[in-house]
Amino acid sequence: MDWLISLLPLAYTDAVVVVGGAVLGASCGILSAFAVLRHRALVGDALAHSVLPGVCVAFMITGTKDPRVLLVGAAVAAGVAAALMLGIERTTRLRPDGAIGVVVSSAFSLGVVLLSHIAGSGNANQAGLQNYLFGQAAGLLAEDVAVMAGLACVALAVVVPLFRVLKTTLFDPGFARSTGLPVRALEIVMTCLLTVAVLIGVRMVGAILMVAMLVVPTVTARQFVGRLSLVLVVGAVVGAGVGVAGGLVSVRAELPTGPVIVLIGAAVAMAAVAWAPGRGLFRRARRRDART
Amino acid sequence: MSDDLIIVLTAGLIATACGLLGPFLVLRRAALLADAVSHAVLPGIVAVWLIAHTRAPLPVVAGAAAFAVLCVLVIDRLTTAGLGSDAAIAVVFPALFSLGVLGVTRYADGVHLDLDSTIYGEIAFVPFDTIAGTTLVRATTTIAVVVVVDLVLVVALWKELKATTFDPAFSRVAGLRPTLLSRLLLVAVAVTAVASFEAVGAILVVSLLIVPACTAYLVVGGVRAMVVTAVGAGWVAAAGGYWVALAADSSIAGSMGLVCAGMFAVAMLAAPRRGLIPTVVRRLRHAHTAHGER
Repeated sequence: MDWLISLLPLAYTDAVVVVGGAVLGASCGILSAFAVLRHRALVGDALAHSVLPGVCVAFMITGTKDPRVLLVGAAVAAGVAAALMLGIERTTRLRPDGAIGVVVSSAFSLGVVLLSHIAGSGNANQAGLQNYLFGQAAGLLAEDVAVMAGLACVALAVVVPLFRVLKTTLFDPGFARSTGLPVRALEIVMTCLLTVAVLIGVRMVGAILMVAMLVVPTVTARQFVGRLSLVLVVGAVVGAGVGVAGGLVSVRAELPTGPVIVLIGAAVAMAAVAWAPGRGLFRRARRRDART
Repeated sequence: MSDDLIIVLTAGLIATACGLLGPFLVLRRAALLADAVSHAVLPGIVAVWLIAHTRAPLPVVAGAAAFAVLCVLVIDRLTTAGLGSDAAIAVVFPALFSLGVLGVTRYADGVHLDLDSTIYGEIAFVPFDTIAGTTLVRATTTIAVVVVVDLVLVVALWKELKATTFDPAFSRVAGLRPTLLSRLLLVAVAVTAVASFEAVGAILVVSLLIVPACTAYLVVGGVRAMVVTAVGAGWVAAAGGYWVALAADSSIAGSMGLVCAGMFAVAMLAAPRRGLIPTVVRRLRHAHTAHGER
């Protein structure tokens, strides 16, 4: 990772933020696309909120802020949250939105209680856990970025060989089942990919706002291209652009990173929805006027 | 009144306001829309401060309601543009919340709001802030007024709300206006959220709106019973959460949210008839008798 950071003609801290933002955005574009296209985007909100208690518990057990240790805690918590949502949906008469709402608010309440508990315990090492709320690019280290990139590579190594079967499952689960594909397992793979995107992004974007970054690249790409492979590629480029721009602006202006990235991303997505060639709202309105 | 009592009373009143609205939101599958609206009030509070330099309840409520309506309209627009309502929600509310967070970060000194209080709330300080010249506690009085407004809304529109919740198509034919009622409900959510914001923060408002209503949905049938159960569960969370927070020396708002979660878990496991445990027991007994007959 260091060679890439030193390759950029920027100051070290800026270069780390640029590479981090690019890894974050690109992985959101590729990994969360499947869940977004399945209309499961808000599951990502619950996964992201559950990261907070996960990070706190990992810190309370080990006492370190090593990003790898915290990441393990976050991953376990996200897994528990995913299982809970599935369990609530399967065993009760609640709809998915109720199940997601319960898990989001319960996970976050737990996170807030644990954060206040850790702050009260007077552990001098605890400063910085707050960064997982709204994200912070300032102070990002090369090793943080290396962890993010490593996760992204592992997830990519899953996406590439499974691309065709994931695509079939995504667009025609009935057909996929009839050809003998393990549809249930493949859908779980899609949720796992979403989880990895959350884990990669949460250090920079924060638990509260992460869901926007999961959605923005795919929504934007979908306005311009129709093929799934192109949606992934364009989404990765859009996401990387948003991540880099947001990271740099927030560090320069000394603002929390998550809100800056999310505002830039939302502006890009809305602009794409309004003006994209062929699918844009304004273009469609003009076509309708021409017809009448 | 003791400070403890004021804190529990304030949280209980917030729970009442949320419990009145929550069941309709859950039944309409609008739980996450309510979540979005509760986040979208933050830029409203900040904008009113920047424009008018005031934190008086009326302008703040107007500002928050304006942003809530904006939030819902933009989500609607994006949904009809083919985004899917989940993706539309996921883009719009973080963007609005970000706007509010950046506003608070930039102008924190002026608004007397900081990031911590928007997340955790400052319910412990509520008893110290009284309305000038009286012994009335400001936050408690505000939320009491909001409870009355919500109660009047729900009682006056009870039939209409029920009809549009369960059969939007029929109610439209019958001359009711489901979309208008939905918007009204979400504006009420915004008003409730903004009145509760300083006391309990963004998260507990969402917890109290969604979790007690979902708990009630698992335990009882009928809208009236759901509303009563949700309000009751909210009061248990207010009192129980405060006790837990004192005992464990942790965040009051967070502890109240955790008690809500605990009650939901109990309902999911043990609710009469539909709970996990009764279902499993019934299935086992059934298997047993079927075996015995053979």
